[in-house]
Amino acid sequence: MFKWFGKVNFSPYTKVTDFADHLKDGRLMGSKCKKCGQESFPPRADCNNCLSGDFEFIEFSGKAKLLSYTVIHAAPTGFEDVVPYTIGVVDLKETGRLLAWIGDTIPDKDIKIGMDLQVVPQVFDELEEIKVYYSLEKPGTAWSKA
Amino acid sequence: MARVGIIGIGHGQFGRRSDATVQELAFEAYREAVQDAQIDPKDLDGSVIGSVPEYHKQRSLPGVVQEYLGLNPLPTWLTEVACASGSAAIRTAWMGIQSGAHKLMAVIGCQKMTELSTPEILALMGRVGEVQWESVFGTTFPAYYALFAKSHMHEYGTTREQLLQVAVKNHFYGARNPNALFRKEITMEKAMESEPVSDPLQVYDCCANADGAACVILASEEIAKKSSKPVVWLDGLGCATASMSVLRRPNLVGLPSAEQASHVAYEMAGVTAKDIKVAEVHDCFTIAEIMAYEDLGFCKKGEGGRFIEEKQSYLEGRTPVNIDGGLKSKGHPIGATGVSMTVEVVKQLRGEAGERQVPNADIGLTHNVGGIGQYCFVHVLRRD
Ligand SMILES: [Zn+2]
Repeated sequence: MFKWFGKVNFSPYTKVTDFADHLKDGRLMGSKCKKCGQESFPPRADCNNCLSGDFEFIEFSGKAKLLSYTVIHAAPTGFEDVVPYTIGVVDLKETGRLLAWIGDTIPDKDIKIGMDLQVVPQVFDELEEIKVYYSLEKPGTAWSKA
Repeated sequence: MARVGIIGIGHGQFGRRSDATVQELAFEAYREAVQDAQIDPKDLDGSVIGSVPEYHKQRSLPGVVQEYLGLNPLPTWLTEVACASGSAAIRTAWMGIQSGAHKLMAVIGCQKMTELSTPEILALMGRVGEVQWESVFGTTFPAYYALFAKSHMHEYGTTREQLLQVAVKNHFYGARNPNALFRKEITMEKAMESEPVSDPLQVYDCCANADGAACVILASEEIAKKSSKPVVWLDGLGCATASMSVLRRPNLVGLPSAEQASHVAYEMAGVTAKDIKVAEVHDCFTIAEIMAYEDLGFCKKGEGGRFIEEKQSYLEGRTPVNIDGGLKSKGHPIGATGVSMTVEVVKQLRGEAGERQVPNADIGLTHNVGGIGQYCFVHVLRRD
């Protein structure tokens, strides 16, 4: 259920709703158009190449390279309790990009544009409801529930 | 093609306007523009309102503005493309006049922002990023421009000092603009000490949310030629988009929509970047002005930092930019901004900018960006 995705979720209903279920089980999924084969991340149900609406999820390795990052000090509503937090944008090994928090395995002083990172599925343990996300960690960091 | 001329300009006080409703703000700018154009409002045949509705409690803003201006039963409508809504309104009125459906239109950019709290505005503005995959991580508007800044610094060696030199310049000119929110100069030392917002951007890298309105009167060539005011012609209009998501941009060192929109505008006006004598660019953050120098061709890609360091965007420089203080110092009432930029360029081209006057300015440009470059409008204005 896509409403599980993110600390604050703004779009609970989507055609790629199973993405969050996979993430909860430790898998990072992109999409592949069944007609023309175009792969995407973030996953998308409708192909902007051939206009087909027929897609499947494919598992991504999570291997990534840092394109840019920032430490957020002034937070929007719903994120005040976690400041400061660092977000990074990465190029994924397979295709596409992803934006996520840079996790605890990377000290702030070690963050460098161009560094290798691993996208790791995560669950907010302290929350009662199911909340999943992914973070950017040191290469080799495994999914904690594995 | 027939031309469309700007024959009247009006600009209200920008700032925290707890003294006025949004339609009252609109009225201030409208009254000034009608008086400036020396027209009878009865000769108008419609209005276009540039504004972003989410900030207002009032639903369907054009209705309340049109009534308060006394313009019923003339037609009106809203244009919305985030912070570029004002320029979209100008383009829409230009289209209306070019089509022959209209001959004389009032374009009003107006916005009341400060009724919301800063975290509410941060949340609202952050959602100009893609909400499904990005806002879930608490992205903010400054954070997106911080990603651009980090990338630009990494790629081209742009420095913190160069970023803040943009703020120092814009405050220098804002101190000389009676309509600006911040009317005082700042020092580099003070800017460097300001609170972090989203690394590397600090408070002094960011423009301030504000309330305010601006208005221009657009006329068909036939009507404009009879105007008692020196006419400024809207000769080049470019408009382009880029992906909503930062994840689908070719790079994070510029805005492809700005580059594209400027090509179209230059070609239509038959000018090049070198011909621009004065420019108003969208400096919502210091890095945005540096990227604008490059995207608009005022300097080569990657040399924007040096451009400000060498003071090429000062009044005496190669291309004077934001000589009214820019968003940084004027404040950024988002729907009003594009119209405010246009008012300033018209003033410059008429030779009415006082101590801020760029000598011999005959061709000017506005560059109005929506969101993080999802939309960009570039207009080339000329005085014959
Ligand atoms: Zn396809």
